[in-house]
Amino acid sequence: MTQIELRGIQKYFGAVQVIKDLNLAIADNEFIVLLGQSGCGKTTTLRAVAGLETIDEGDILIDGQPVQHIKASDRDIAMVFQSFSLYPHMTVYENIAFPLRATRMGRNDVDTSVREIAGVLRITGLLARKPSALSGGDMQRVAIGRALVRRPKAMLMDEPIGALDAKLREEMRAEIKRLHIKQGSTTIYVTHDQVEAMSLADRIVIMHEGILQQVGSPDEVYSHPANMFVAQFVGSPVMNMAQAIVSETGGHASVQVGGQAKGFEFPAALANRLSDARAENGKLTLGVRPEGVLISRQAREGFMPVEAHIIEPLGSHDIVDLKVGDQMIRARTKSGFVPGAGEAVWARIDPVQAHFFNTATGSSLGIRL
Amino acid sequence: MAAVQTRSERALNRIAIAAVLVITLIFLAPIYWITATAFKPRNLATTIPPTVLFEPEISPFVKLFTKRSQLREAPAPEEYAAAPWWERMVFDGGEKIVRSGRGEVQPSGYPNRFMNSLIVAITSTVLAVGMGTFTAYGFSRFRVKGEADLLFFILSTRMLPPVVVAIPMFLMYRVVGLNDTHWGLIILYTAFNLSFSVWLMKGFIDEIPKEYEEAALVDGYTRMQAFFKIVIPEAATGIAATAVFCFITAWNEYAFALIMTNRRAQTAPPFIPSQVGSGLPDWTVIAAGTFLFLLPVAIFTFLLRNHLLRGMSFGAIRK
Ligand SMILES: Nc1ncnc2c1ncn2[C@@H]1O[C@H](COP(=O)(O)OP(=O)(O)OP(=O)(O)O)[C@@H](O)[C@H]1O
Ligand SMILES: [Mg+2]
Repeated sequence: MTQIELRGIQKYFGAVQVIKDLNLAIADNEFIVLLGQSGCGKTTTLRAVAGLETIDEGDILIDGQPVQHIKASDRDIAMVFQSFSLYPHMTVYENIAFPLRATRMGRNDVDTSVREIAGVLRITGLLARKPSALSGGDMQRVAIGRALVRRPKAMLMDEPIGALDAKLREEMRAEIKRLHIKQGSTTIYVTHDQVEAMSLADRIVIMHEGILQQVGSPDEVYSHPANMFVAQFVGSPVMNMAQAIVSETGGHASVQVGGQAKGFEFPAALANRLSDARAENGKLTLGVRPEGVLISRQAREGFMPVEAHIIEPLGSHDIVDLKVGDQMIRARTKSGFVPGAGEAVWARIDPVQAHFFNTATGSSLGIRL
Repeated sequence: MAAVQTRSERALNRIAIAAVLVITLIFLAPIYWITATAFKPRNLATTIPPTVLFEPEISPFVKLFTKRSQLREAPAPEEYAAAPWWERMVFDGGEKIVRSGRGEVQPSGYPNRFMNSLIVAITSTVLAVGMGTFTAYGFSRFRVKGEADLLFFILSTRMLPPVVVAIPMFLMYRVVGLNDTHWGLIILYTAFNLSFSVWLMKGFIDEIPKEYEEAALVDGYTRMQAFFKIVIPEAATGIAATAVFCFITAWNEYAFALIMTNRRAQTAPPFIPSQVGSGLPDWTVIAAGTFLFLLPVAIFTFLLRNHLLRGMSFGAIRK
């Protein structure tokens, strides 16, 4: 049973503020993924929780107890480093047993624990080897084994599979999920790979330049991004963003994009909702994921004529760049749906999948149609 | 490594190997000379051209370890017959071993000097490497104010040649009573080697990723435990290399030893040549002394050869 709470964390490196007022409550057994671009402060946050980095302000609470003044060795937290950090002069067995030897555990109990965890991780055959004789995936398993063996209060993982090749990464992702379900411990996992985050997390914490952007389940951050950064960071290909002007014409709302006179058709309710959200026209950004851009080969009611500019065939589907005025909007279609570039097609934006942001602040207006 | 080679590469390789062999022989020649002389009878030591083939004997070593005096006349036959085989060798050379009133063999000055050398070199090496490793770790892992200046300052102690500091040191030592003591030389050699040890060890410790210790810290160890359980084993190669260099420096040091010691704490380097000057030099004895003097360094280096040859710690960290 371990809850972790971060309250108002501030961290400076010299004059540079790396973490800005971070607040986060992590429930027992929760798998939290810290997601963000390189240099946004993910590792620093993790190291602060582990006790490897001091914080300048705020509290770190483990099970309600402030720990920011407690040494790393006394926090009972395990960490898997990005580089694995297996001790090169010890065998795999010794590496896994190392955290247990810091406790008063008897020889036989150490042996039992090491063999048990090695069995779970399927590395029993490697126990006598030195780390230099392991493959990347095996090193990673050993590193996880070393972290799990003493049943720590919480697990911290810093891009543990970032160094592996794509196929192995997918395998290890599944394995980490399986282990978490089986062993169940409060976990903070750092990555800059949004696919990894989506597939592993109970909740995703998105950071940008030291500021927490949004916390939510994978579905929440995907379907209800709190701001333009999250909207564009989560999901691939990225969400289309376009400056939009909304007007009311003939019983429905029209959203003009790319300086075109004709706008995409939206339900009339949009205009009211926008004025409720007090968004001034002209400072509004429309966001829509490629799958929210619907395409027709023929003229249809509510669809607008556009030009297919570039087509990227990706096997399972195509990504089509549509030219809307001076704006490019990417749509996702069935493979081969648009036969060639330059083709005239008709497009419409699915109102349910549309997002509206305040251009100046970047935050979502929270309008759902 | 058995990479594919072209024919010309193979030829070049052979030439390189031949060149290395020739250079090795040139470097080994003086060592062979000293070793050969140490086992020669006295009359063959200085022949021209040098004697290459001879029947080795150990009389030089017997003479090296004993106090002797010139025989004015041949020993009495019964005295000769009663003497052990090694004493007869000395008789054969026209000398006799000095014995005390109770008949005990009197040792020469050499064994004591050799012991002094061992005591001073080993103690100062342990101190210099130990303190150097701690200091280097501090410089490597913690933010030290004025780190660059301090490191330069540490190194600067090495920039003055011993001759320059020897006289002031001698006067200072006389005041505090460290002249001709083991501790006097140990302190001197430790101070002298420390700068070197700090610099060398800092290089080695810088190469050890911080993450190893951090992993140990989160695994429940204190920094001190992490230092001994992780840093020291990882730095073994560096420690071995530094120790060999410090030992060689302390073992071979001549100038300070000559000035600061004369009897009690005198080491072998100033003693061996002092024997050349007294009377007609017996080169075989000097060679025997030199030969024994070479052994500790050779043995020490040989014992640590694996550490010296093994490269820096290899990849359990993925970069
Ligand atoms: N010891 C340090 N001294 C000074 N600046 C640091 C230090 N460690 C990190 N930083 C800076 O703090 C910022 C955040 O670093 P951090 O390592 O937390 O990023 P990250 O999100 O983990 O990035 P990545 O995905 O590249 O690992 C970066 O700009 C980095 O340059
Ligand atoms: Mg990082």
